[in-house]
Amino acid sequence: MSRYSVFSLLRNAISHNRNWPQAWRSPAPKPAYDAIIVGGGGHGLATAYYLAKEHGLRNIAVLEKGWIGGGNTGRNTTIVRSNYLWTEAAQLYEKSLKLWEGLSAELNFNVMFSQRGVYNLGHTLQDMRDIERRVSANRLNGIDAEVVSPAEIARRIPYLNMSRTSRYPILGASFQGRGGVARHDAVAWGFARAADSCGVDIIQQCEVVGIRKRGDEVCGVETTRGFIASKKVGVVVAGHASVLAGMAGIRLPIESHPLQAFVSEPLKPVLDTVVMSNAVHGYISQSDKGELVIGAGIDAYNGYGQRGSFHTIEHAMAAIIELFPIFSRARMLRQWGGIVDVSPDACPIISKTPVRGLYFNCGWGTGGFKATPGSGWVFAHTIANDAPHELNAAFDLARFSSGALIDEHGAAAVAH
Amino acid sequence: MLIIDCPYCGERDETEFSYGGEAGIARPQHPESLTDAEWADYLFMRSNPRGPHRELWNHAQGCRRWFVAVRDTVTYRFSETAALQAGASGDAE
Ligand SMILES: Cc1cc2nc3c(=O)[nH]c(=O)nc-3n(C[C@H](O)[C@H](O)[C@H](O)COP(=O)(O)OP(=O)(O)OC[C@H]3O[C@@H](n4cnc5c(N)ncnc54)[C@H](O)[C@@H]3O)c2cc1C
Ligand SMILES: [Zn+2]
Repeated sequence: MSRYSVFSLLRNAISHNRNWPQAWRSPAPKPAYDAIIVGGGGHGLATAYYLAKEHGLRNIAVLEKGWIGGGNTGRNTTIVRSNYLWTEAAQLYEKSLKLWEGLSAELNFNVMFSQRGVYNLGHTLQDMRDIERRVSANRLNGIDAEVVSPAEIARRIPYLNMSRTSRYPILGASFQGRGGVARHDAVAWGFARAADSCGVDIIQQCEVVGIRKRGDEVCGVETTRGFIASKKVGVVVAGHASVLAGMAGIRLPIESHPLQAFVSEPLKPVLDTVVMSNAVHGYISQSDKGELVIGAGIDAYNGYGQRGSFHTIEHAMAAIIELFPIFSRARMLRQWGGIVDVSPDACPIISKTPVRGLYFNCGWGTGGFKATPGSGWVFAHTIANDAPHELNAAFDLARFSSGALIDEHGAAAVAH
Repeated sequence: MLIIDCPYCGERDETEFSYGGEAGIARPQHPESLTDAEWADYLFMRSNPRGPHRELWNHAQGCRRWFVAVRDTVTYRFSETAALQAGASGDAE
């Protein structure tokens, strides 16, 4: 792999960008691998990368039924933060945030990680109590967090509607300055290129249609390109987790829902941070291209259709206009949906399964983009060692029968 | 926006309804004798199929009654809606 640098940029500019090497190969699947990762989203590609880089596995394939990053990785609103309430979740997301902070250099690919800060607004006294509590919990966990007063919010976010007479007045916010946004496609591409350079085979247009077991042990996967053998199979397919689990005879506490987002026409810079509100339910940032990036809540019904109902985006838009009346005249350019894997406690499942050698990483629901590097990092550890890392030990499947749920609805309820 | 055919009122907009999730999950008859795994299955595990799904809907802003529907989770098309049988949590059998 040739490294990207200012010199390669100059060299390729002089040759009119005709000689850029391909960023990753497109090999045919081999008959067998040491480990197979199902799902070529950010999490799957990151898992393969860390398996190769941190654990020395070389013979790895990532199988993707469509194109890499074409699932939720390329459909999300790219908010990154780690200010979760409970210690288990906070440490997992904080590990991820630390990896984000060095990711462009690590991957030699600009993922455009921009730490522009994230505000979570409070609109009621109870919101503010929850914010105080969460900020305190974050600080105890060594995570940057502050409570911001209305006067300070008004100073920092000039166009936010701070009127005391609005229906849901803003009483304050939590702020995580190290939070921000990243370029979602670049995350998929960066991990793909880096994994490929460690010898990982990235195989697109290859759908897994069956999981083959011998006794209670996995021995490979049936795909649209034939059977591929492996004693270790890690499944990271977001909204399709239940479908893949069904192939192995496993039931999951997951339901798939549509989650929609949309962007406006490009505008001049107007919003230099990320604003989220649980109470009125909307979240917004501005991309480097100038588009306002706005996310909705999930549609209530189960859905695999990558689209949802109109009233759901209408509701999100109403919330955004309540917060930013100035955006009422911005025209929306594009709208789309993803399929999110919602778990009962708004926390992921990164776990071994009753089938030996078969691992699942799912349940990230509306908020797993921020976890992409950390999720791959702990999942690679789990697969390589056949045992979870201490950061994901609490996120196993057994918590649903032991009752040790990690309730993050407070910090995660707004889809993001 | 889905158009949903309430068995009592006929076709109405989705916004009049609330969703009740997978149908046919009956409350255990003898809760005290359930294992943790059986509780987990009842409380948390869901079939979440890609394709036809038997599910509950409530016509919250209409007749306020619950009913069962079969809807495809990929096309979102309803193939059937039917009144709930007395005493069953969506188990029409
Ligand atoms: C509208 C929207 C907004 C969001 N906003 C945010 C946000 O602001 N911040 C945040 O942190 N998170 C956000 N999320 C959530 C986030 O996008 C996801 O949690 C995360 O991207 C999941 O990554 P993944 O790699 O696990 O899944 P995906 O990127 O969905 O990858 C899974 C892959 O598996 C493939 N696959 C499925 N079935 C098979 C099969 N049988 N064989 C082979 N391959 C298969 C799919 O094609 C897909 O490419 C949002 C999601 C949506 C939809
Ligand atoms: Zn009715």
